[in-house]
Amino acid sequence: MPAVSKGDGMRGLAVFISDIRNCKSKEAEIKRINKELANIRSKFKGDKALDGYSKKKYVCKLLFIFLLGHDIDFGHMEAVNLLSSNRYTEKQIGYLFISVLVNSNSELIRLINNAIKNDLASRNPTFMGLALHCIANVGSREMAEAFAGEIPKILVAGDTMDSVKQSAALCLLRLYRASPDLVPMGDWTSRVVHLLNDQHLGVVTAATSLITTLAQKNPEEFKTSVSLAVSRLSRIVTSASTDLQDYTYYFVPAPWLSVKLLRLLQCYPPPDPAVRGRLTECLETILNKAQEPPKSKKVQHSNAKNAVLFEAISLIIHHDSEPNLLVRACNQLGQFLQHRETNLRYLALESMCTLASSEFSHEAVKTHIDTVINALKTERDVSVRQRAVDLLYAMCDRSNAQQIVAEMLSYLETADYSIREEIVLKVAILAEKYAVDYTWYVDTILNLIRIAGDYVSEEVWYRVIQIVINRDDVQGYAAKTVFEALQAPACHENLVKVGGYILGEFGNLIAGDPRSSPLIQFNLLHSKFHLCSVPTRALLLSTYIKFVNLFPEVKTTIQDVLRSDSQLKNADVELQQRAVEYLRLSTVASTDILATVLEEMPPFPERESSILAKLKKKKGPSTVTDLEEAKRERSADVNGGPEPAPASASAASTPSPSADLLGLGAAPPAPTGPPPSAGGLLVDVFSDSASAVAPLAPGSEDNFARFVCKNNGVLFENQLLQIGLKSEFRQNLGRMFIFYGNKTSTQFLNFTPTLICADDLQANLNLQTKPVDPTVDGGAQVQQVVNIECVSDFTEAPVLNIQFRYGGTFQNVSVKLPITLNKFFQPTEMASQDFFQRWKQLSNPQQEVQNIFKAKHPMDTEITKAKIIGFGSALLEEVDPNPANFVGAGIIHTKTTQIGCLLRLEPNLQAQMYRLTLRTSKDTVSQRLCDLLSEQF
Amino acid sequence: GLGGQGVGEDSFRVWERTFCRGSRPRSPRVRMRFMLLFSRQGKLRLQKWYLATSDKERKKMVRELMQVVLARKPKMCSFLEWRDLKVVYKRYASLYFCCAIEGQDNELITLELIHRYVELLDKYFGSVCELDIIFNFEKAYFILDEFLMGGDVQDTSKKSVLKAIEQADLLQEVRARDDEEEEQEE
Repeated sequence: MPAVSKGDGMRGLAVFISDIRNCKSKEAEIKRINKELANIRSKFKGDKALDGYSKKKYVCKLLFIFLLGHDIDFGHMEAVNLLSSNRYTEKQIGYLFISVLVNSNSELIRLINNAIKNDLASRNPTFMGLALHCIANVGSREMAEAFAGEIPKILVAGDTMDSVKQSAALCLLRLYRASPDLVPMGDWTSRVVHLLNDQHLGVVTAATSLITTLAQKNPEEFKTSVSLAVSRLSRIVTSASTDLQDYTYYFVPAPWLSVKLLRLLQCYPPPDPAVRGRLTECLETILNKAQEPPKSKKVQHSNAKNAVLFEAISLIIHHDSEPNLLVRACNQLGQFLQHRETNLRYLALESMCTLASSEFSHEAVKTHIDTVINALKTERDVSVRQRAVDLLYAMCDRSNAQQIVAEMLSYLETADYSIREEIVLKVAILAEKYAVDYTWYVDTILNLIRIAGDYVSEEVWYRVIQIVINRDDVQGYAAKTVFEALQAPACHENLVKVGGYILGEFGNLIAGDPRSSPLIQFNLLHSKFHLCSVPTRALLLSTYIKFVNLFPEVKTTIQDVLRSDSQLKNADVELQQRAVEYLRLSTVASTDILATVLEEMPPFPERESSILAKLKKKKGPSTVTDLEEAKRERSADVNGGPEPAPASASAASTPSPSADLLGLGAAPPAPTGPPPSAGGLLVDVFSDSASAVAPLAPGSEDNFARFVCKNNGVLFENQLLQIGLKSEFRQNLGRMFIFYGNKTSTQFLNFTPTLICADDLQANLNLQTKPVDPTVDGGAQVQQVVNIECVSDFTEAPVLNIQFRYGGTFQNVSVKLPITLNKFFQPTEMASQDFFQRWKQLSNPQQEVQNIFKAKHPMDTEITKAKIIGFGSALLEEVDPNPANFVGAGIIHTKTTQIGCLLRLEPNLQAQMYRLTLRTSKDTVSQRLCDLLSEQF
Repeated sequence: GLGGQGVGEDSFRVWERTFCRGSRPRSPRVRMRFMLLFSRQGKLRLQKWYLATSDKERKKMVRELMQVVLARKPKMCSFLEWRDLKVVYKRYASLYFCCAIEGQDNELITLELIHRYVELLDKYFGSVCELDIIFNFEKAYFILDEFLMGGDVQDTSKKSVLKAIEQADLLQEVRARDDEEEEQEE
């Protein structure tokens, strides 16, 4: 037993904890816990009314068991009872239990809210504090609805105690973050701003947090906070280290408050000249202090001091207007780059990245290149090395690109696997962006493939081909280089792809050299053929047919290869088809026709003419933040890579094997938006009514349908804005990340996305989201997370309305958000017998919905299977007696109920029709799933 | 001739991603997502979540993060990127204190936030050790709540926080029959 048992030691609890700690095995622990749970259950159920103390003790034990990782499904009522106790500790334990184990049981929430209401009205500061903490801890919508109106009053009331004010400010902040729509701005806001002048530094600290968050969404309303924050900051930084008494932390005056004030100022542009002068003084003082000898050797002293310093540097970078300060900041960070504290080196590298993007400090950052390269080589912690890579990337320009790319390439040889792909992308971008000499670019990319071929994604090798095709001056060099690289006995498949493509286009440029004659080129490529995957082989077959045109002398050799059984009878339908068609083409077509069909690829449209414009454009609308996701996206959206396949009508009729398995590629592409002159609905530049919701953007329906069987991709795009989605669903819950990319170089102001659920949808689908920054910088991207709860089955989809100002015009866009019932599917595997038994059980006429419809896409078995799986149900093999039919099963999870679903799809190839039958226990579910799935084929 | 197909129709999508780091606009949004205390043996001692997270997800995150942090060597830096968050951690004797913050938050002040919390525990328990936190877990929660609310600092003054806790302790009634009752029960 430990000696420590402060306050009201609950001896029974301590004994229980000791017992658990003495358990020798997991089994023993579970046994002891079950015994205790049984004991508590019987006490709670017993006839004898428990007194407050016992209730408290048992509730506390339950809490302990829960925190050990076990599930607790009772005791909530007893905890709620404790809330109304007059004894502080009982109340306190009750609130703790509720905070940790909040139950969404609405009856309980009502009781909890009642108790909170009483405590808030009690005027007892400790009780009020507990109640406010509970609201902040739970933070649910129901709580916001009940208290969001009350708390601002408590916050600004003259007679509220300081400690309650602090709690009220942070509690309101929590509710605002969770449900901003429920916290109305009003008279109280100006009084909150004046809390920045409060005597009590604790109150100021809490108020600053609140104001910062509110100011992001309502900058006008809180504008006066700027000058107040500057004068408060000024008083702090000029105070002696003992002035602020207990708010001085290891000789640093009020570091938390300083950081928060500096953070608040980052919500606004540089202030008016008068205030600005004072702020500049503050920032200079902070920079000066960094040079003074430390007042203490303790790490806490230097951490607190540097926390303020880094935040000041953030503000300097945010303002990006004072060259002096920017350069001083850079010099300071330069000192930290060589500091013995790993933490400071890490932060300096990170902070310098943002400095590198300012025109005022870019050159100053560059002077540290050797230190950063050294960090890349010597740092022992991969997270620090990662920062060094980032910084090298950020400081790269034409003057140092060759050096930086070389260093990154050499680092790549030993780099941690976790960051290789990112380095590959960075090198590829830098090599392209700063290539003066394109032979250097080609060498760099081939080096990338050699060093880290597995991490070279399609985008990288597509890109090198694109550039080679577009630049005459590098084509001969590229052909020669890939030819040489292919000589290596073991070369990466990506090199075979690039080599195959380039030689197919430009092999003739090196064919004059007897060492790389047409036959030698062909033999070299074909020697790799059998080691490659199907897509690469398909690409090589296309190279061969191109050779037939380029080099008539190898035509018969190639025809022999195409004619061989391994090609003509290949099990892979795509390879077989290519072999058949290419062989036929080479036999029947005249030389002229061959030359026309197999002509050199025309240049790709120049997208990279202005590097700067491209950079600005590229910076923003990235729809994906996760590389793996991005790769999956790519492989799902691009039809088979850059194959020089002839555009013969028959070849086009068969989907390539690497084509989008879900058949989504066949859907119309995302609308790029009408030209502004079209006066379309998409960007209603003339509309002035800020409140009106735009009608759905054209193409919205099509895009919506594309998302039924997939979760990620671009939902909407016009000239200004790109909206990307990434979502995940589990049981009846889901989370959707919406990425808004500003494609322009101008800020979007008052950027307000709103989720709109029609009335009947609202009851069935619960969406929660937090607001996004009202300002979206040019080229920037903001992310919004939507938490989704399916309460009951639903039909309609929510609408996402986005309103913002762009260069003085009001923009208003609406799109349907693809949250569909099938997202809450969980696949169920079952045997044939079970399936038919359930099928029969659901024979009630209302439970079945059937639809017979014409195929809109080619009727491909594999694609159909992938779609059914993408839809969310399990695909059951060997269930249907007719093997041509598809059968699926799954459970739709909603909060209120789970609905078993069976489906059967019968294709009729001759008629190009399908019959789809859905059987579920609920008629509306059968109907909705049938409608959704019918659209997919 | 043949149409330009395939190559790079929107091959920039992925490339764009790499531009985000380093030159992303800093947003002043600051929030702590959760705080964990766990032992060197990987036993969770305290968890506080400041954003609604499902129980299953919590367990997964705790397991994953403990693994990452426990694998780190002593001299490594106290910050690491994990999922879309930044993790700030520090080890005190047998306990790891670990905060997950949003990318733009101030790492050093978070590190000192941890330290201040440790000081508060230390002051309250008198040279705190892991056992104190195990046996008085509810107190550890109360102190944390007094110090942080919704992930934000409520009061940074050690005196204010401890005064609040001590006041609470004064309010509680000493239960004379405590011991007797326990004896009967066991």
